[in-house]
Amino acid sequence: MSTVARPLEAPHHGVHAAPTSFWRKYIFSLDHKVIGRQYLFYALFMLIIGGLLAGLVRWQLAWPGKPIGFMGKLVPEGMPGGVMLPEFYNSLFTMHATIMIFFAIMPILIGAFGNFVVPLQIGARDMAFPKLNMMSFWVAVPAAVIIIWSFFVTGGAAGGGWTSYAPLSAIAPRGQTLWLIALLFLGLSSLLTSVNFITTIINMRAPGMTFFRLPLTTWALFITAILLLLALPVLSAALIMLLFDRILGTTFFLPAGMVVSGQPWPNAGGGQVLLWQHLFWFFGHPEVYIMILPAMGITSEILPVFSRKPIFGYRAMAYSIMGIAGLGFIVWGHHMFQSGMNPILGTTFMISTMVIAVPSAIKTFNWLGTLWGGNIHFTTPMLNALSFVAMFVIGGLSGIFMASTPVDIFIHDTYFIVGHIHYVLFGGSLFGAFAGLYFWYPKMFGRMMNETWGKIHWAITFVCFNLVFFPMHFLGMRGMQRRIYDYTQYTHLKGLQPINQFMTIALFVLGAAQLILVFNFFLSMRRGKPAGPNPWHANTLEWYAASPPPHENFSRIPTVYRGPYEYSVPGHGSDYWPQTDAGGAGPAAHGHA
Amino acid sequence: MTLPEQVSTYAADIDNMFHLIMWITGIIFVIVEAILLFFLIKYRHREGRQAHYTHGNNRVEVVWTIVPALICVVLALLSRHLWEDIKEHMPHDAVEIHVTGEQFAWNFRYPGPDGKFDTADDILTLNQLHFPVGKPVVVTLTSKDVIHSFFLPEFRVKQDLVPGMKTRIWFEANRVGHWELACAELCGLGHYRMKGFVTVDTAEDYQKWLAEQAAAQASEQPKTAEAPAAPAAQPPAAAEPATQGGNS
Repeated sequence: MSTVARPLEAPHHGVHAAPTSFWRKYIFSLDHKVIGRQYLFYALFMLIIGGLLAGLVRWQLAWPGKPIGFMGKLVPEGMPGGVMLPEFYNSLFTMHATIMIFFAIMPILIGAFGNFVVPLQIGARDMAFPKLNMMSFWVAVPAAVIIIWSFFVTGGAAGGGWTSYAPLSAIAPRGQTLWLIALLFLGLSSLLTSVNFITTIINMRAPGMTFFRLPLTTWALFITAILLLLALPVLSAALIMLLFDRILGTTFFLPAGMVVSGQPWPNAGGGQVLLWQHLFWFFGHPEVYIMILPAMGITSEILPVFSRKPIFGYRAMAYSIMGIAGLGFIVWGHHMFQSGMNPILGTTFMISTMVIAVPSAIKTFNWLGTLWGGNIHFTTPMLNALSFVAMFVIGGLSGIFMASTPVDIFIHDTYFIVGHIHYVLFGGSLFGAFAGLYFWYPKMFGRMMNETWGKIHWAITFVCFNLVFFPMHFLGMRGMQRRIYDYTQYTHLKGLQPINQFMTIALFVLGAAQLILVFNFFLSMRRGKPAGPNPWHANTLEWYAASPPPHENFSRIPTVYRGPYEYSVPGHGSDYWPQTDAGGAGPAAHGHA
Repeated sequence: MTLPEQVSTYAADIDNMFHLIMWITGIIFVIVEAILLFFLIKYRHREGRQAHYTHGNNRVEVVWTIVPALICVVLALLSRHLWEDIKEHMPHDAVEIHVTGEQFAWNFRYPGPDGKFDTADDILTLNQLHFPVGKPVVVTLTSKDVIHSFFLPEFRVKQDLVPGMKTRIWFEANRVGHWELACAELCGLGHYRMKGFVTVDTAEDYQKWLAEQAAAQASEQPKTAEAPAAPAAQPPAAAEPATQGGNS
């Protein structure tokens, strides 16, 4: 891939005129930077909601049945007298996961950073389709409204888990229908985004920006967009089928002879229960990588900057992203080992699942290689990126347990899985998101966030995160099921209450620490130190633009002369060498094969 | 924290696999995190420090690709045998029990004195599962309504009950005693209290229990909780569900 990208031709100049009215500038904006920031606010808001739901879930686990006075007034149906009902508990964990996955992690990594960073990093003036971009954000907004509204309809919000396994989801109250509709909206939104990203990255790179000079964040988002494009239609199809089963009387997932509460279910017959799981996980496993690849990209971006050293094995990093993406489509059955799927099929999925650990291992070793011999600066973005590496190791290794089919018999559907997924999605994706937030904040808002408060936020988050989620592995080892309202019903689980209380208290500290981030985020917009175009002395093109970049980003489209991670090049004056700097012959800036 | 006591014949094998993976991943974990910490301390920024300029090294990258790949392949091969023994090969001459899940109860069906299922003398129990020690038990699982999961933590047994499908699994208890059966798949608002009671009897006690049940059922025929719903739970012949798991 050595062809030089087509330069942005003159007629492209001025993709859309600079807006003047408030509405066009801040609300219905076509500017990828505004849309990126809109997604950021959207995701951070939903992150807070999702966190509060987690707090309620953990309250119940620590003190089952203990009333919370004010909640009785807020949600009298779900928590009469402040005591949580089991169906409300089911809604809480369902909505916690749904909101975190679809409304917080995906929008912050892909919507916010993807939109903001990609055009800047490739040297484009905007996305290929600015109107589509605006639409993808504004399609995501009703999804959030619907999902929050669903808490207040009869029967409450969906309570079938974020996986919404049929037929439970087919016979559930009305909240489930709203859940389906909200996800259909989001699916459309993500699809529009993915088409936009792919087109933009292929067609709108600045002169000299070959594929193997792309920063790894852009690489990761490019591959993520392809995953979205291939996986989401399958989810949308499944959602529509389930919606039809619920409201039109079809029977895609309803087998013959279903009897619910002693009554034959009216429209049962001919359906296949496991079909939902196959469709859902065909999307759902790539989805896990959709949430982790951008964070891996961000980490790969930040580690070289603050180690003042090229990324170790640039091409291996790019190829391993592709490897993970490709293999991600043939491992879905590992969610279904105990489902009644033919056990021989389970073995094939175990093998592909074991293999997918390899590219993740390569990435981890390459991150260590990047740190080796570096000149490491412990800034807040760096601390969060390093936490990503340290925590992703745990999330990755714990995955080996459930990849092994016989071991999975015991730990499947226990808290071991909950621990694993949180090490990947919080320890991984969310630390990656924090790293990206601290890293690009100066570019987004023109001012620096406060480093001291940033470090305090990081330290409390890192410690408390481990106190909350590491013990989950122990709960799983004792056989505590996930999604269980009151585990003290079981003799063998009664003794687990103290450890659950400890975890809940740690979660409350973790939650409170996020207030530091909220204050730092808003106060720094006004009071932060002015950032200047390149506060981190980084090489990639976004740091060539002003902070924040003006409409259309660059006064002149830059030409790219070298790879993105030329730090500490011997003989070069400073320890960084921007991609735009024409000076000198420079190193063979392609990484190695 | 340790795994629960081992009550089935294959529980120890599963635990050995668990512990093997725990050792391997534990060692990798310690090495990786130690190297990470070591690098962070050794290469931290100090005045005048110059980073080492390198884009990588093909040889080490090949090594750290092949080594994890080998470890994973070995783990997969080891797991495969155990998985086959547990879920693919059903033992012959086993005690047969049919289990039907419903929101939020367990229905157990024993063939009764005639040794055949779905006859008048079947023994039906609700939430009470008995089986003998030292003899393989094959349970056939299905569900009336939504998915449930048959989870015996101390036996290291877990298998979903899927409406419209019959799934067979086996296990063998290695001691007598009382344990609890849990539902491991979210099945609705009463999921958390969908609990069964497991009694592993000696062979004699088991026969005695069966006889008691048969006698009790003969005297008060229609009282059992499961009986009325049972015919409805049987899918029509045309839609007879495929049996998964076990070729024997």
